[in-house]
Amino acid sequence: MARRIEIALKEGGRDARGERVRREIEHFLHVPATQVRTIDVYTVDAGLAEDELVKAASEPLSDPVIQTWSIDQPLAKGFDFLVEVGLRPGVTDNVGRTAREAIEYITGRPFAVGEGVYTSVQYLLSGTMAKSDVERIARDLLCNTLIQRFVILDAVEFAAQNGVPVSVPKVTGETRAQVREIDLDVADEELLRISKEGVLALTLDEMKVIQAHYRDPAVLAERKKVGLTGLPTDAELEAIAQTWSEHCKHKIFSGNIEYIDENGNREEIKSLFKSFIQQTTKDVREALGERDFCLSVFKDNAGVIKFNDDLSLVFKVETHNSPTALDPYGGALTGIVGVNRDPFGTGKGARLAFNTDVFCFASPFYEKPLPSRLLHPRRIYEGVVEGVEHGGNKSGIPTVNGSLVFDDRFAGKPLVFCGTAGIMPAEIGGEPSHVKHINPGDLIVMTGGRIGKDGIHGATFSSEELNENSPVTAVQIGDPITQKRMTDFLIRARDKGLYNFITDNGAGGLSSSVGEMATECGGCRMDLSKAPLKYPGLDPWEILISEAQERMSLAVPPEKLDEFLAMAKRFGVEASVLGEFTDSGIFHIMYGGRTVAYLPISFLHGGLPPMEMRGVWEVKRHEEPAFAVKGDYTADLKELLGSLNICSKESVVRRYDHEVQGGSVVKPFTGVANDGPSDAAVIRPVLDSFEGVVVAHGICPRYSDIDTYHMTANAIDEGLRNYVAVGGSLDLVAGLDNFCWCDPVKSEKTPDGEYKMAQLVRSNKALYDYCVAYGIPLISGKDSMKNDFYDGAVKISIPPTLLFSVIGKIEDARKAVTMDVKRPGDIVYLLGKTGNELGGSEYFALRGFIGNSVPKVNVAKAFPRYRALHRAITDGLVASCHDLSDGGLAVALAEKAFAGGYGIDVDLGRVLWMGEKAEKSDAALLFSESASRHLVTVRPDKRDAFESVMSGNCFSSIGVVTAEGTVSVTGLAGTTVVREAINELKEAWQSPLREL
Amino acid sequence: MANARAIVITGNGTNCEMEAAHACRLGGFDETVIAHISDLLTGEIRLDDFHFLNLTGGFLDGDDLGSAKAQANRLRYAKVDDLAEHLIDQLTRFIDDGKLILGVCNGFQLMVKMGLLPAFDGQYLQQNATLTFNDCGRFQDRWVYLKVDQASPSVYTKGVEKGLYLPIRHGEGKFVADSAATIDRIEAQHLGVFRYSDAAYGAPTMEFPLNPNGSTNAIAALCNETGRLMGMMPHPEAFVHRTHHPRWTREELSEEGDGLVLFKNAADFVRENLL
Repeated sequence: MARRIEIALKEGGRDARGERVRREIEHFLHVPATQVRTIDVYTVDAGLAEDELVKAASEPLSDPVIQTWSIDQPLAKGFDFLVEVGLRPGVTDNVGRTAREAIEYITGRPFAVGEGVYTSVQYLLSGTMAKSDVERIARDLLCNTLIQRFVILDAVEFAAQNGVPVSVPKVTGETRAQVREIDLDVADEELLRISKEGVLALTLDEMKVIQAHYRDPAVLAERKKVGLTGLPTDAELEAIAQTWSEHCKHKIFSGNIEYIDENGNREEIKSLFKSFIQQTTKDVREALGERDFCLSVFKDNAGVIKFNDDLSLVFKVETHNSPTALDPYGGALTGIVGVNRDPFGTGKGARLAFNTDVFCFASPFYEKPLPSRLLHPRRIYEGVVEGVEHGGNKSGIPTVNGSLVFDDRFAGKPLVFCGTAGIMPAEIGGEPSHVKHINPGDLIVMTGGRIGKDGIHGATFSSEELNENSPVTAVQIGDPITQKRMTDFLIRARDKGLYNFITDNGAGGLSSSVGEMATECGGCRMDLSKAPLKYPGLDPWEILISEAQERMSLAVPPEKLDEFLAMAKRFGVEASVLGEFTDSGIFHIMYGGRTVAYLPISFLHGGLPPMEMRGVWEVKRHEEPAFAVKGDYTADLKELLGSLNICSKESVVRRYDHEVQGGSVVKPFTGVANDGPSDAAVIRPVLDSFEGVVVAHGICPRYSDIDTYHMTANAIDEGLRNYVAVGGSLDLVAGLDNFCWCDPVKSEKTPDGEYKMAQLVRSNKALYDYCVAYGIPLISGKDSMKNDFYDGAVKISIPPTLLFSVIGKIEDARKAVTMDVKRPGDIVYLLGKTGNELGGSEYFALRGFIGNSVPKVNVAKAFPRYRALHRAITDGLVASCHDLSDGGLAVALAEKAFAGGYGIDVDLGRVLWMGEKAEKSDAALLFSESASRHLVTVRPDKRDAFESVMSGNCFSSIGVVTAEGTVSVTGLAGTTVVREAINELKEAWQSPLREL
Repeated sequence: MANARAIVITGNGTNCEMEAAHACRLGGFDETVIAHISDLLTGEIRLDDFHFLNLTGGFLDGDDLGSAKAQANRLRYAKVDDLAEHLIDQLTRFIDDGKLILGVCNGFQLMVKMGLLPAFDGQYLQQNATLTFNDCGRFQDRWVYLKVDQASPSVYTKGVEKGLYLPIRHGEGKFVADSAATIDRIEAQHLGVFRYSDAAYGAPTMEFPLNPNGSTNAIAALCNETGRLMGMMPHPEAFVHRTHHPRWTREELSEEGDGLVLFKNAADFVRENLL
């Protein structure tokens, strides 16, 4: 019989969680709640003696200073309504797991199979509200019904039934180990139905390739030998679907595209990935020659570059968009702990050094109606911020760099980019750490979490648009502590040489991880009945493709197995031997003695024919706004500073630990009051050295409305100029591309697919052109191609978005420069020329325009200037440096001034202009977002040295830092066009998101 | 000559072991060992072989049952393999031997919840205080000014004139005692070693964000009557070099960070009293 332990705060104790919920109820739902208090509930379903229960309740589960506890006695009183929210059966319950371990320490004996602890939270609501209001509070705020369930009781009902009845959200079911066979000898519509209903996300052509495989007499004969018929098993079909999914196989990036430009010129592209991304790296590496610093690119879970002779740097950025749309907290948490496993599963495994996060949302203040199933952007914002906070902070990995980007089209699908970098010794056990291998005979070992139904079909589901019936099981909840235990253990196992190969279990689960590992040595034989399960009732195919979190797959040589398993046990990490690697050429999956999948590796990984697609580009003309010339732009500047894309994100950033591991050098916020926005992060991964890692990024989806070619060029340039601004070296710098696109394949649902495909092609062309020109090799990346919402009536497609992450080195972190002005009298320089490039700008967006004059990047000018700036920074000539991006010069001036606590006087007449003289205006000079510009301050005594280092480049001194706390800008006519106190500017910039 | 030896315990969600060990080395410890809790539970590493125990920052067991609660429970009940004792016995012996324990952030939460602080009259393992959710309801990473109590018995603060500037990084840092009597005694005995204060280290403050969590009497750190056991929410190991300071690019700072003094004093104390 399950028992309920309740934990409540003592009378008068402050309930911070309740207060927050109360504010949210008022703010979002406009229900007048006078008070919200909370109670934690542990439902213990285990055979415990009474004194053991009392010990559990009074010691680990409660805090005697502030809390009281009870067993099977409701503590709630003095409320109008009670809502109790618990998890649905099978959903990861981290607190329940910890409570169970705590009880096991007390009793000294492990829980029996099927025993468990389940947590829930009671919210006691007071105030004038109807039951329907409480329903809304439960459904829209307290509970995500996909993963949670709730009970509502009013005070009368509560008294009548003496509290909330015990309920145990245990997964019940028995393991029948069913294997179904699927008849593919059917008509085309039937093939499509099988794919659709099974969430296989396979096209008709792909289904027919599979059909043909099973008709092959040679295949049939082989299958007979292992007791299989000519029909595919469910496990086989699922494994193929995972392996061939857009998510895993990147079919769009590897397919054939016929591209037609605006003049009707045709081009055949065989694989965007090979033609542009891989080619970029190949060409850059060739040009670098001896100075090439790439160690492992595109072949592992993350890219590896040289940091110095002793250490290698590993970096990966992933997205986790579709699960986040369904469950923002769990989706984002899983996003961050998931990408952690990429560097961790790269080479022989890297120690995790920092995270980066970029989120793209619709406005949290969005007020238009949303299609059902879409969560309100504010809820997504809250959930994602909290999910990444828990994932990053609890894992002890500093979150050092990121952005929040807003566009209402992200209501259709929020984008959650999570990046993680790692550091590993250049050599481990005398071998390069970025190389790994598998020998036939090595054992297949899985470590970490157990397998459940969570995350089934994640890979295939994210390969489709979000719709009304998106599967619940696609959502997972990460568990940073189980993962942390595992990584603590595996790093030690790595250093002892206890395994040959490590990789992550992510999308597609074991079918992908072991499937890919099997290609290394040419085969595997794995018994799914050996896999540890969270609960009974999983069929073999589910075990094979479950994306349950916190798992790594390893190849352990037989002679090291005992030591490996013994060490795992000591560290409290579950490790299971599932089979062995072979050279049979077959992905051979068993359940007990029975073969459930028998797929030739050549077919599984090479059987998929390339997709054939088409992209047709057309130049779209947008309305060009004609604004009246103003005498004063101060109000415009303040409005810009308060726009969502520019305003301070400090309320979010302070929730992320950006200093753990002790290597923080340039923090997210800087300046006299620690609140000015840094351009990039600098950290020292090795504490007794001053060599630093610099990380930055660029992202500008608004420009996609004009031309994705220039969107991409600007994203690359923004990433690099942020990187250069703090002192990043141009001799060791690499890039990562993350494409998040709306579906670019023409179909009934996507009639404009050819235009979207052309946008993708143009983006890739720019990626090649600008990375090669800047000498930035691409070391890793990812694409997410189905970021649309479609419910049959409403379609929302995100703007094509490229996140360009930049990682590299600063030889001496003590030379790093921050963006805040340092002292009055310093000279203000603007590096680079400004043109009439307001197309896609924040300034136009504020007035509802897109325009056409998108900023264009001129590498021939920018690159030597970046090199000169780096030299000036290294020589100690630069007091402060800030990049110009959203909002242009005016915003950069304001940020620099209020961050430093001093004023700035500048004269627009001294700004270098490019293009038609007639187009030169105060508005364009202030707000144009022309690329490749930096705003720098220099001490007067360094003026000559600075100007001499910069000579030959476009730059001009435009003003001076002043002791008076005012930003003052003189316009072309010689009159003042902006004048405002820095504290007013700062307030405009800080207020919009301060309370979120 | 004998060595001054420091140990940093890690595992189950401890995160600051690298920088804590680095601070111990810079502070002058001859040897610093990062020990996984499993090394202690198997008896492979014993607390008896060290002088200075660091219980450092992190999220032990995810802080799932309240910060550090599960680890407090583990340390109380877990047996050491092959030895006829519990880990808690080693810990008690460590304290009785006059050795040093510094708890930072999650380590402070652990010490308070195990009853290692304030532990009036040497009543270790009796909990009189706690650290709970910040009044602002959120995790915060920000730097704070900590006014030192010159009269405190802490052995770590020798030479600290006005105070230290250090980062806090926590969601549960609000210090609360079980009774007014406990607070009175903490005050009377000057056990509140550091308090959140204004930038001049002039007066303790209850104002956010200077006081980031709403701690009673602005208490940020606590020691026991011997001064050898100390816990604090701010992170001294996070400021051992000037480049850790958030304004190092604009202020004249000494090479060494504010936090290092605590580790230096610990090493000095060990040399003078325990070797």
